[in-house]
Amino acid sequence: MNLNFTYDVDSEDFTRAGEASADIKKKLKKMNVPHEAVRKVAIAMYEGEINMVIHANGGVITVSVNEDSITMVLADKGPGIPDVEKAMQEGFSTAPDNIRALGFGAGMGLPNMKKYTDEMHIDTEIGVGTTVTMKVNI
Amino acid sequence: MTVRDIKNLLSCETLWGEELLDRKVHTACGADMMSDVLAFVKDQSVLITGLVNLQTVRTAMMMDIVCIVFVRGKVPAKEVIDLAADNDIIILSTSQLMFESCGKLYGAGLSGGKHKNES
Ligand SMILES: Nc1ncnc2c1ncn2[C@@H]1O[C@H](COP(=O)(O)OP(=O)(O)OP(=O)(O)O)[C@@H](O)[C@H]1O
Ligand SMILES: [Mg+2]
Repeated sequence: MNLNFTYDVDSEDFTRAGEASADIKKKLKKMNVPHEAVRKVAIAMYEGEINMVIHANGGVITVSVNEDSITMVLADKGPGIPDVEKAMQEGFSTAPDNIRALGFGAGMGLPNMKKYTDEMHIDTEIGVGTTVTMKVNI
Repeated sequence: MTVRDIKNLLSCETLWGEELLDRKVHTACGADMMSDVLAFVKDQSVLITGLVNLQTVRTAMMMDIVCIVFVRGKVPAKEVIDLAADNDIIILSTSQLMFESCGKLYGAGLSGGKHKNES
């Protein structure tokens, strides 16, 4: 089995942020992927999807499902992350007040993504964009 | 306890899910920042929050949360309730504050679950 799904993540409408993650969660459930793996993928992808919307003007998410793992690649053409180590720290956030008022900006997204996945890698270049690759073993 | 117990303890109005009130909950999480909620994973939990937007429901969907309690008398927009309904998430609203609501539920025996650094 090897299935791929691609989502365009639009940053114009914040109310739609998370639709891709919700859709993947439904699909994985239907495919009888174990509950724990589904939840890990859903949470990690949702955090990444929200980050693309609030920090990077949207992007593209590709999800590949195999027998033994699920890989998510979140690619954006946003501003890039100047200091990845710092960004990975719990509580570090550059989110402005208007984003905090929407419930985001605790600085917990990237740490959560790391915590819920078995592998995570961030490729980023200032002014070019960021690609986050995450893998969850089934 | 059941969602009905929560409804009674906090004098909530049921905005959606009247027929699901006998569902069981074991743990609760109170937060206004969604990533703080997403850091906490437990089965059959209830989310107590003052954040009333679509992302509150999406967060609950990702985590398989049974019920959302909106505090401080907040009433969500129809689209928020509709998304919860589509996903079988019960929506309650109470006029009580976050601190009071959490205190009452904790006092009645709901646990906070474990922090991620505990095993
Ligand atoms: N795709 C991205 N492009 C550019 N910067 C990013 C991206 N993702 C994260 N960042 C930067 O890293 C910081 C930390 O991200 P993280 O997801 O941990 O926290 P947050 O998004 O600020 O808040 P939270 O996720 O708790 O709502 C962000 O504030 C932002 O500065
Ligand atoms: Mg984030």
